[in-house]
Amino acid sequence: MEDNNEILLMKGNEAIAHAAIRCGCDGYFGYPITPQSEVLETLAKEEPWKITGMIVVQAESELAAINMLYGGGAVGKKVMVSSSSPGIALMQEGIAYMAGAELPGLIVNVQRGGPGLGTIQPSQGDYFQATRGGGNGDYNIIVLAPASVQEMADFVDLSFELAFRYRTPVMMLSDGVIGQMMEKVVLPPMKPRRTMDEVRAECPWAAIGMKGKGKSVVTSLELMPREMEQHNLSLQKKYAEIRAKEVRFEEYMTDDADYLIVAFGSASRIAQKSIEICRSKGLRVGMLRPITLWPFPTEEIKRLCNHVKGILSVEINAGQMIEDIRLAVEGRVPVHHYGRMGGMVPGPDEIVEAVERMRV
Amino acid sequence: MVNEDIIQEENLVYKKPRLLNDTPMHYCPGCSHAVVHKLIAEVIEEMGVEENAVGISPVGCAVFAYKYIDIDWIEAAHGRAPAIACAAKRLCPENLVFTYQGDGDVACIGTAEAIHSLNRGDNITIIFVNNAIYGMTGGQMAPTTLMGMKTVTCPYGRQADIHGYPLKLTEIAATLEGTCFVSRQAVSNVAYIRRAKAAIRKAFEYSMQGKGSCLVEIVGTCSSGWKMTPEQANQWMEDRMFAFYKLGDLKDGGSN
Repeated sequence: MEDNNEILLMKGNEAIAHAAIRCGCDGYFGYPITPQSEVLETLAKEEPWKITGMIVVQAESELAAINMLYGGGAVGKKVMVSSSSPGIALMQEGIAYMAGAELPGLIVNVQRGGPGLGTIQPSQGDYFQATRGGGNGDYNIIVLAPASVQEMADFVDLSFELAFRYRTPVMMLSDGVIGQMMEKVVLPPMKPRRTMDEVRAECPWAAIGMKGKGKSVVTSLELMPREMEQHNLSLQKKYAEIRAKEVRFEEYMTDDADYLIVAFGSASRIAQKSIEICRSKGLRVGMLRPITLWPFPTEEIKRLCNHVKGILSVEINAGQMIEDIRLAVEGRVPVHHYGRMGGMVPGPDEIVEAVERMRV
Repeated sequence: MVNEDIIQEENLVYKKPRLLNDTPMHYCPGCSHAVVHKLIAEVIEEMGVEENAVGISPVGCAVFAYKYIDIDWIEAAHGRAPAIACAAKRLCPENLVFTYQGDGDVACIGTAEAIHSLNRGDNITIIFVNNAIYGMTGGQMAPTTLMGMKTVTCPYGRQADIHGYPLKLTEIAATLEGTCFVSRQAVSNVAYIRRAKAAIRKAFEYSMQGKGSCLVEIVGTCSSGWKMTPEQANQWMEDRMFAFYKLGDLKDGGSN
C-alpha cells in the first residue's frame, strides 16, 4: 500500500478497513453482521499484521468484541470494532464500562432497520441509542456521522484523535447506504503505529505493566458514594468541554434560506438533491448537516432560527434527531419531521413534498 | 533479647511476598481467595515479571483483587475477563496476562468468553476459584453448586429436574485444542498450597512461552455462603467437593 493520492473506487465499509490500517490502528475486533461484514472481510484479506503489525480478531460475539475493545483501550492501544444495530445493542454494556473507566476506542455502527432483528436494509434508527449514552449511567460518547465514503475513511483517524484526547469511546454512526455504496475515495496517508514506549509516554494510565511508570488500575468501580459522585462530576466536566469544543457541522445554502433541512449521514445526501429541486422551483431551502450528533450543533440551529420560517428534520427513522432540534429551537419556529422506516429510504421528491407542506 | 534483635534478615524463615501490599482484605475469615492472591504474588515475584504482569479482575468477591496485589490491573465486566485478556495479551505479547475469576463469573455468565479465549490459544491463564456459590451477592446457587447442596436460591438443595447439573468447566477446557495446561488444585493445607503454587507457576510460564492458554481451577471454600465455620468448610470441601471436582492435572501439553 503505497502512499499517494490515488483516487480509488470502493465501498464505505472497505474504506474504513483500509483507513484503519493506514492511520496506525493497533487492533480490530469484530463479529459478522450484515450490512458491515466487509470491514472484517477486507481486513482479513489485507492481512495488516504482516504490514503494520495491526491485529485482527474475529470474536465469538459482539459482547466479546466490545470487551476486547475495552481490553485494547485499557492497554492504551488504538483499537476499533464495527457492527450493525442489533450487534451494537449487544455492545452497550462494554461501551458504558469504557465510558466509566475513561477508555479510548472506536465503535463503527453501520445501521440497519429495527427494532429487534429488524431488517438488513439501511436505517438511522439508532440515533437515540448512540446520542443518549446507550448503556447504564450518566455518560455520553462522541458520535460522528459520515455522509460519504470519503468521510468513512477520514473519520477513522479523527475518531482515534478525539478518543485519546478525551479518553472516551467514539462512535462512527454510519448506515447501510454509506457502508454499501461505492464512491471515489482518497485514502489517508500511511502513519506508523505507536511504539510501546510512545504508548507508555502518552498513556501513563494504561495497564501495560508497571515498567517505568508504577501501578495502573483500569476500573469503572467505586463503592464509596462521595468518591463515585466526584468521578461522575469529573466525567460531566469532560462532557461539557467536548460540547464546547468539538461540535462539527456543515452548512449548505443556508445564507438566504427560508426553510431549513437538518439531516445527517445518507439522509443528508438525499436531502441535498431535494434542495436542488426546491431551488429550481424558487423555494429557498438550505441544509444544516450535523457531523457530530453528540455534541449536537445546538447553537448553530439556534442562530439559523433567526431567519428561517420552518425546519424539516429528515431522518431515516420515526423522528429521533427532531427532539434535539426542538430543544435547540425552543419553540421559535415550527419543526417538522420526514422519514421512512423498516429499510425504506426516502427519495428526493418525497422530501420536496414535505418541504412544500411546511409552506401552507 | 528484644524483638529488634530477633527480626534480622538471617533469622527470616518466611515472609509475605513484596507484591502483596498491606491493604486490609475484605474477604471473610476462612476464605480461599487470600491464599490464592498470595500464591499469585509469589509466583510473579519469583518469575521476576512484576513489571510485565497484567491481571484482569472479575465481578464477584475478587473484584477488588487489584487493591491487594501491586501489578497493573484491568477490572472487567461480569464474565468478560477472558475477552479483555485476549486483547491485552495480543496487543502486548511480551506481557504476562491472566484473569482471576470465580465460578459464577467464568463458568456461568462468561462461559462463552472463557471457552473461546482458551480455544483460540490466546496465551493467557485463567485462575478459576470455584467455591460452588455466589459469595458476594449473598450465597446464591452457582453453576458449580453440587447436587443436593443448599443455597439461598435452592434452599431445599440443588435438584436436577429444577436446577440442572453442576458444570465441570475445567474438564471442558482440557478437551480444547487451544489449551496447553489445565489443572485443578486446592489451598486448604500446606501440601495442596505447594501443588497449587507449582500449577500457577507452570501456567504462567507456558503462557509467557506462547504455548497456549492455561486454566488453573482452585477448589475453595465460602464459609459465609456455606453457613459453616472455616474448619467445617474445609472438611466439607474435602469430603464433598473433592469427590466431584477431582484434584490434579487434567492436561499438560507444554513440556514437549
